Amino acid sequence: MSATRVVVLAGGLSHERDVSLRSGRRVAEALRGIGVEVEERDVDAGLLATLRDDRPDCVLPLLHGESGEDGAVREVLELVDVPYLGSRPIACRSAFDKPVAKAVVARAGLHTPAGVALPHQTFRELGAAPVMAAILDSLGLPLVVKPTRGGSALGCTAVRDPAGLAGAMVSAFAYGDTALVERLVAGREVAVPVVDTGDGPRALPVVEIDPDGGVYDYAARYTAGSTRFEVPAKLSDDLAEECARVAVAAHRALGLRDLSRSDLIVDDAGTVWFLEVNVAPGMTETSTVPLSVAAAGLDLGGLVADLVRTAVDRPRPERS
Amino acid sequence: MSEHLPRPRPSGSTRLDGYVDRYAARTRGMTASEIRALFSVASRPEVVSLAGGMPNISGLPLDVVGDAVADLVHARGTVAMQYGSGQGDPRLREQICEVMRLEGIDAHPDDVVVTVGSQQAVDLVTRIFCDPGDVVICEAPSYVGALGVFKAYECDVVHVEMDEHGLVPQALRDAIATVEAAGRRIKFVYTIPNYHNPAGVSLSPQRRPEILEICREADVLVLEDNPYGLLGFDEEPYRALRADEADGVIYLGSFSKTFAPGFRVGWALAPHAVREKLVLAQESATLCPPSFSQLAVSAYLERHDWRGQVKQFRELYRERRDAMVEALDDMMPAAARWNVPTGGFYVWLTLPPGLDAKAMLPRAVTSRVAFVPGTAFFADGFGAQSMRLSYCYPTPERIREGVRRLVGVIEEELELRETFGTAVPLARGTGRGYDGPHTDLT
Repeated sequence: MSATRVVVLAGGLSHERDVSLRSGRRVAEALRGIGVEVEERDVDAGLLATLRDDRPDCVLPLLHGESGEDGAVREVLELVDVPYLGSRPIACRSAFDKPVAKAVVARAGLHTPAGVALPHQTFRELGAAPVMAAILDSLGLPLVVKPTRGGSALGCTAVRDPAGLAGAMVSAFAYGDTALVERLVAGREVAVPVVDTGDGPRALPVVEIDPDGGVYDYAARYTAGSTRFEVPAKLSDDLAEECARVAVAAHRALGLRDLSRSDLIVDDAGTVWFLEVNVAPGMTETSTVPLSVAAAGLDLGGLVADLVRTAVDRPRPERS
Repeated sequence: MSEHLPRPRPSGSTRLDGYVDRYAARTRGMTASEIRALFSVASRPEVVSLAGGMPNISGLPLDVVGDAVADLVHARGTVAMQYGSGQGDPRLREQICEVMRLEGIDAHPDDVVVTVGSQQAVDLVTRIFCDPGDVVICEAPSYVGALGVFKAYECDVVHVEMDEHGLVPQALRDAIATVEAAGRRIKFVYTIPNYHNPAGVSLSPQRRPEILEICREADVLVLEDNPYGLLGFDEEPYRALRADEADGVIYLGSFSKTFAPGFRVGWALAPHAVREKLVLAQESATLCPPSFSQLAVSAYLERHDWRGQVKQFRELYRERRDAMVEALDDMMPAAARWNVPTGGFYVWLTLPPGLDAKAMLPRAVTSRVAFVPGTAFFADGFGAQSMRLSYCYPTPERIREGVRRLVGVIEEELELRETFGTAVPLARGTGRGYDGPHTDLT
């Protein structure tokens, strides 16, 4: 490959630092396994000097959560003109903000659960009780409450009883100032990676997620053995194709590139609902993307190397 | 099949852990934890970590240690790198007896078993005494590392109230009576009498005979864990419980706080029959404690003014305690309460009513400050309103900055609770997962 030296950025200061470190380690090992020279690097005050003095051929931002997935670090990589794998900053910003992403994909004709995003300040100004009553009147139950920005199900709570809404709001606000409350759609939980190695985005096999406790929370995500995965999902060909179509459509609608993972729900009526998309999807030992890559008959290192090649070969953006 | 989908391999179902059906039942709670993950951020220099209880060994004379280790390799390398006695190096055990003499203990080296930190001593004692379902009485709160051991051996922990003078005698009496009335067997009372982790308090000299008498009368052993006993700021070391009761007390000590934790050298002092069992348990666990570490610690004690070094540590920790307490006095909301420790590493802070320290931790990490939520120190889910603040490691300036950030977090949390009501039951959020033991929590 033309890119011979890659820097994997992992860690950072977000709540998902630990997950990011594990993702970074996994991808770095996969690349080393096929002979790519890889340096694993945290994001700190020495990063830019390192990139300037010892320019890599490509940077892989495997930073989860803020600054990684909100496009900020990628913005800086563009400033210093270092090629990187993944979506551009403006697309990241839209994708990382769940209500924005939902609005964009809804405009593209995809189904996404009805919801409302409100900052803590709104509840303070208008009073929590009337605002929550309005939410319940409008959206009904069950609901799910989550921080608008963030991943790994941190701060997410299902609400099946009106009395549980306040606690769920407080839990979400622990992770950020704005919370998304949306209708909880019952159904089968699936994840669909989308990759683009230069010939357009394509979906990899759909992964179905069946956590032991029924809730795909942090513990279920990162404890091997806590969740059963079906890869490919045990869906009809039509439904699998629809999931793939939705994931690719979301990827396109949000202007993403290289790699994304959409989290979807397939309800009993066969409707595929878009929940969120990740521009730096987890690559840990228990993450769904590596499972899907393997199910596609691909090697993780080989696929990432192809994505790196695409990133290195594409024209650099011009700054206005 | 659609053009979107590459040709998949045959359908597969996986749990990503091929051993999942083989693990012992006791591993069921050992899952990933949001809290442990958040501590990953606490290791970054931007974060003021008031969480970890890492001894501050920046003042250690590394040249002296280096020379001692070099001489050890040169003069006794083949011994230091060979298996040793399961009970531990005889010379080190003599030196351990000299250390314990400072707390009034008159012990024979034959009754000492060297362990891999006192953490392993807790493990070995629990291993030889406790069957699943046996009751261990602990202070409320108690050391997270010990609670982890008791959980691993499937013991039932019963917590007993402490106040500013340590374990409350009447509460201990009541707890023993309640457990015995239920036909349950109490195997021992686990206590940290000096500069408690996490509560920061010490058992008063007046209460010590009473606690011993209660346990003697009830025929319950005492497991006295004393890693911080020599780290008092203003006073002579407390007299150990073991100094006044040889048969009913198993005493645990450690060089982790008075020298360095990296050597992992601790010990148990036990009645002769118990010592025999501990040695057998030690041999089945590790064959022998690490020879190299033991001889290095022994050489350090031999060649260095270790008492002077401990005095330096005391001063260092006193300065940090002062910084912490002054900052809390200056900035913390009036409704919060905390103790002023007279030694050791920790302040136990109780938040204003309605706040939950565990639920607050994500916001704290966002604000670049970390603490350990109180629930880590209870086996029964209590402690949500409290947190442990460690002052042992950061500089006084960083401690003050950490408290400033913490106060900001508490104020935001109070505002949130005011908005939604202080009686809001928290959602699942940070509830699941295995929170300890962990080097960030110990």
